[in-house]
Amino acid sequence: MALLEINNLSVEFKTAHGAFRAVDGIDLAVEAGQVMAVVGESGSGKSVAMLALMGLLPWTATVSADSLTFDGWDMLALSPRARRRIIGKDLAMIFQEPMTSLNPCFTVGFQITESLKTHLGGTASERRARAVELLGLVGIPAPEKRLSAFPHQLSGGMNQRVMIAMAIACNPRLLIADEPTTALDVTIQAQILDLLLDLQKKTGMALVLITHDMAVVAETADAVSVQYAGQVVERDRVDSLFAAPRHPYTHALLKALPERATERHLPTIPGVVPGQFDRPKGCLFHPRCAFAGDLCRAEPPRLLADAQGRAARCHGPLDAAGQPTASRDLAERAAS
Amino acid sequence: MSDAVLEAPVLEAPVLEAGELTRHYQVRGQGLFGKPATVHALDGASFTLTPGRTLAVVGESGCGKSTLARLLTMIEPPTSGRLVIDGLDLTKAGKAERAALRRTVQIVFQDPYGSLNPRQRVGDILAEPLKINTDLTADQRRQRVVEIMDQVGLRREFFDRYPHMFSGGQRQRIAIARALMLDPRILVLDEPVSALDVSIQAQVLNLLADLQERLQLAYLFISHDLSVVRHIADEVMVMYLGRPVEHAPRDALFGNPRHPYTRALLSATPSADPDQRRQRIRLSGELPSPLNPPPGCPFHPRCPLANERCHQEIPAALDVPGHGLAACHAVEEGRDG
Repeated sequence: MALLEINNLSVEFKTAHGAFRAVDGIDLAVEAGQVMAVVGESGSGKSVAMLALMGLLPWTATVSADSLTFDGWDMLALSPRARRRIIGKDLAMIFQEPMTSLNPCFTVGFQITESLKTHLGGTASERRARAVELLGLVGIPAPEKRLSAFPHQLSGGMNQRVMIAMAIACNPRLLIADEPTTALDVTIQAQILDLLLDLQKKTGMALVLITHDMAVVAETADAVSVQYAGQVVERDRVDSLFAAPRHPYTHALLKALPERATERHLPTIPGVVPGQFDRPKGCLFHPRCAFAGDLCRAEPPRLLADAQGRAARCHGPLDAAGQPTASRDLAERAAS
Repeated sequence: MSDAVLEAPVLEAPVLEAGELTRHYQVRGQGLFGKPATVHALDGASFTLTPGRTLAVVGESGCGKSTLARLLTMIEPPTSGRLVIDGLDLTKAGKAERAALRRTVQIVFQDPYGSLNPRQRVGDILAEPLKINTDLTADQRRQRVVEIMDQVGLRREFFDRYPHMFSGGQRQRIAIARALMLDPRILVLDEPVSALDVSIQAQVLNLLADLQERLQLAYLFISHDLSVVRHIADEVMVMYLGRPVEHAPRDALFGNPRHPYTRALLSATPSADPDQRRQRIRLSGELPSPLNPPPGCPFHPRCPLANERCHQEIPAALDVPGHGLAACHAVEEGRDG
């Protein structure tokens, strides 16, 4: 059994204009020691799904799932008290903006030792020694001095290191990193990604990396789950996904990267991600899809895996040459 | 300018020339009674902009790219240095001449959510530059606005809508349209696509390329995303802590980067190809504070090639034959391998 298993997770928000489904039936399985990337554009529900797992969503959100288990625990059925014993210890999260995620009123030393005190206990001097060790582990120079620093005295990269130190303080079995490098400069991004992967190898924890950056996925992850408008549209190993994506959305997204461009004009995806009021019938991607047929407009496709375990939510997934493998025409489909 | 840059086909005379542009800020020192200090936000940037071509400025936070944008758009005067726009030397220009020049240089900002007034309709946002700078009648203004909206791919019915009704990509189109209202010759693009999703980013980059070709605009493209720069730029200037460290044509810079900082920057940029997970050049340490730059070469504390000379002497930007300019002692001495 996988360390984290999410089956058919949905999250709905109550809004002034009715319910909005931000996450729509997501499946995700993460094995121990695996680096899994969850990639998608804004509004794809990638952060919300993980916040649901952590129990960090506001009261306006309704979470439902067939199963949501971490390390054998049913996270939906747990009492808040029991959940708090797991979160921050075995299951930890790093957020996008280190500057706003740390409490400006307390020193970084206090904020790191706080989680140690809650989960592991020990004496104050033991906790302090562990905090120094952690700051050293994440590459902060002169860690003893930094314990008494406030977040505003440190740079963005250093604050992100502090966040990582807090997250790994209790040796988590699964670390969720939500866009950990988006707010950082390129050379600092490289340092932080290297650090996360180093720690992952050293401690054998599993890592879920939420990002919008395909290049970050290619550099770091083993497996990847591509989300669009709240659904998983493709799931695959990183090497095969980048070599030959099966879903037209992934295919178009990769082609739109300037890095892969062959001409001055980049291939684009027409239109925008559907919002609360314009969710199309049938496949959610069909209004923007180059290959959409009648079937796509009528019937939502299911996420189906092929013989190699490569899953795509498409009526006619693409072959290695980027062409659809099955007809998306209702009439032809009925005839055959 | 270097030989290598001159070899590139020069289509037209430059529309902007900057020589040793420098901007210092006086700030109060640490604490209430701290000694005043000088921040060298920009130190000695020299370049030219040519119609129909793009100069990309690349660097991390604090490298002076945004200060450069503020100087070119005449939001602030340079502390020293020469700035010639459209044949007019700005340091000698009178007030009226400056006002006229402001129409020549326009800017597009990074965040289309922050740069559009939420209380103004799109039509009013676009007509405002005309209202302030020209004597066109309301009808003529409206006609001109519709014309530009067509050019950037905004539908006419958007005229009476408010910015909140648009997605990030559409908003950036509105911001670009606003910059085009006064027929500028130069566009300063300050991270125009970094707030956008990949699929939208491609649409805006295509629009910028089309507009440049049609209107023969000169672009100063400020970005930290090297894959975007590689796609759109003709020439690239890499900056570090207020100083240009390398300046070369795009293919030379990406094919054979000379300055150790450029190399580190290129190797730190992730590539969307899992087979290319390469050994990164690890830059240890942080960006130094511009308030307290290290002596000598500003890059020496993080540089793998630094020696005694780098600790003391600031390297000048020197010609690298067949390449461009690089400000590095190691390159000059041939230690860069």
